[in-house]
Amino acid sequence: MNVDQPKYKTSDEVDFVIIGSGAAGGVLAKELSTNGFRVVVLEQGPYLTEADFTHNEIEVLAMDKLTNHPKLQPTTVRKTPDEKAKPQRALVYGRCVGGTSVHFTANFWRFHEIDFVERSKVGTIPGSTLTDWPITYADLEPYYTKVEWEIGVSGLAGASPFDPPRSKPYPMPPLAVKSSGVLFERAARKLGWHPFPAPMAILSQPRPGRSACVQCGYCLGFGCEVGAKSSSLAAAIPVAERTGRCEIRPNSYVYKIELDANGRATGALYFDEKRNTHLQKAKAVVVCANGAETPRLLLLSANKQFPDGLANSSGLVGKNLMFNSGGTVTGVYEHPLNDYKGYCVSRVLHDFYELDHEKVGFYGGGGLDARYDFTPITFAFGGVPPETPRWGKDFKAALAHNFTRTMEIFCHGTSLPVENNSFSLDPDLKDAWGLPALRLTYKDHPDDLKLSSWLFERAHAIHEAAAAVKKWSFPPQEQQFGVHLLGTCRMGQDAKTSVINADHRTHDVKNLFLCDGSSLVTSGRGQPTMTIMALAFRAADRIIALAKRGEISA
Amino acid sequence: MNESVSRRRFLSRGVTGLSAVWASAHWPALLAAATHAHQAAKSAAPPKFEFFTPEEAKEIDAITSRIIPTDDTPGAHEAGVVYFIDRGLTTFGVDDQKTYREGLPELQARVTEVFQGKSKFSELTPEQQDEVLHSFDEESPKGRQRRFRTSPGAQNFFETLRQHTIAGFLIDPDYGGNHDAAGWKVIGREREHMFQPPFGYYDKGYPGWEVAAKADMKEAEKK
Repeated sequence: MNVDQPKYKTSDEVDFVIIGSGAAGGVLAKELSTNGFRVVVLEQGPYLTEADFTHNEIEVLAMDKLTNHPKLQPTTVRKTPDEKAKPQRALVYGRCVGGTSVHFTANFWRFHEIDFVERSKVGTIPGSTLTDWPITYADLEPYYTKVEWEIGVSGLAGASPFDPPRSKPYPMPPLAVKSSGVLFERAARKLGWHPFPAPMAILSQPRPGRSACVQCGYCLGFGCEVGAKSSSLAAAIPVAERTGRCEIRPNSYVYKIELDANGRATGALYFDEKRNTHLQKAKAVVVCANGAETPRLLLLSANKQFPDGLANSSGLVGKNLMFNSGGTVTGVYEHPLNDYKGYCVSRVLHDFYELDHEKVGFYGGGGLDARYDFTPITFAFGGVPPETPRWGKDFKAALAHNFTRTMEIFCHGTSLPVENNSFSLDPDLKDAWGLPALRLTYKDHPDDLKLSSWLFERAHAIHEAAAAVKKWSFPPQEQQFGVHLLGTCRMGQDAKTSVINADHRTHDVKNLFLCDGSSLVTSGRGQPTMTIMALAFRAADRIIALAKRGEISA
Repeated sequence: MNESVSRRRFLSRGVTGLSAVWASAHWPALLAAATHAHQAAKSAAPPKFEFFTPEEAKEIDAITSRIIPTDDTPGAHEAGVVYFIDRGLTTFGVDDQKTYREGLPELQARVTEVFQGKSKFSELTPEQQDEVLHSFDEESPKGRQRRFRTSPGAQNFFETLRQHTIAGFLIDPDYGGNHDAAGWKVIGREREHMFQPPFGYYDKGYPGWEVAAKADMKEAEKK
């Protein structure tokens, strides 16, 4: 945390107020402040630093030290709009400066060309609102490169024959392979497939103020204690703070975007840590609160002019939610892999990124990776073979034998957009601040489940070819819980069928911009954070151009 | 596999990505309290019970010792799990005390019900102890076959204790349990938090990406 950052008065009309400091908000804060703009970032969570991060599974995972707390921010869940939603945990997202990029696994694939134009390629899909993006891969390519070089991504260019074109190699080599990666790589090649070193937002070489990965093994769910994980917190926010023009204001929970009589956003109303309310004035508002909280904030900001929610003339705010499909196939091997050491994923496979839907009988595609994302306690709860007793001698023996000998193959796939799948406001349940709680409505498109099963079969084949002693998976099931929160304020050219335009500006409010997972039009094949960061770099360029032409404040 | 067991497991594991961490673990709220034992664990004073009476502690220790028994390697007893639970319940786990206060007498009542003349769990043979615990474990096929009345309170107590025992056995020793890293020794986790390749058996001698790719392709061509 930079103590030299400015302290703006709430009455001081800054150039931009950014709501949320995660993958998108952090990058936008960096880009806008380094380009001379005065920025306030309102983050609902605390400002934790490397010194606050621990390997305490109970504190971090069970007590949600880095994430939204189900008691303070309860949610409800249902499958279809005609059901009454029941209280149930619907999502996890990062609730601290840096957002979800603090605790994510750091898998960092780019989306491929197909992800932007799939609708044109495959035609209409029954039950899905699949549509093309208003931008293409080529439009985003320079920004993917920017993420790799400015934020820090390790990888090997050209290693996957399925990679989309790139203008530059990675800035640093891939991290050392793990035993899971070697087993996966050799087995997949035996099957005629094309595994490659995983692109990761984790440093394989040190950068100023940041260490290279020390292979502690606590990526998923935990904050990085050495700054090796390329979160917004480690890679973007310090740059913004050094400009002297950007204030990061933690513990600031925004509940409404204020509009004037002319329908222009004038700032953000928020609760501070003591639940006093403030209005931070700004010339423009950029919402980067994630694919659940961004639509929620727009719906909470309903007023006379926008009775159905701010910027919601399309009626699509909160809709077309996509979680990504998939799941794991677990295998146990003869010798210790010791995969608890080190980062999660060292090898990936993209042979099934684009599938011929007429051949396979469903739409979509996916990727596989070799990983181990357990800690000792989570392994005991969820990593042993399913027939293992839950306690006693045989349970202990399974822990003793399998903890070091287990690896997972993770299948990541498309979620087809379905209009009913959504985040909305629960009519009854309130959060600890008295605001309507998030209500999840979600039922996977049937093709998503078919795709998962299809990918699981390939993952089983890899375990088989790698001579796993034992392997298992569970049938894919409909999801009622998500961490990839995508598509809920989709980008598009037509104001009737999208919420923002290709500049991330809302169709309805001229000085209101949205950028985060909600902007995505399709789900990709998992691993959305790379694309969210690339979109944020691009959005910043667009917003800066508009501001310089006087088209925001005019 | 018993169908309901598979259903439960399935629900707890059939989730993707990050959600696997939260959903697979099914973290009980009460478990959270135990973390505050952290400071207590660091004190140099000899362990002393603050929530349990010595008699209760003996019973809890006996139960945890069936959940993760001692055989040729250390179990819950050697890992000091009973101290971990005691500290958790005396710091921030006030809400969880009820589960233990009500659950333990129910368990003792079950002991008397099943084995006449016995009043304490710790007096039973290991086989008898397991029989009592199976009757509490709603997911145990053996528990299902017995005709005892089911008590949600007792089941909740057993499940809570099971999860606390696992956590106390496997948590990083710096955070108030897993005495002397006994649990980590059992599962083969080294105590360090920084590692260097090679990590395991299969990445030893890995020749590097380009060489490995070429070698594999040559092998494929031979075939």
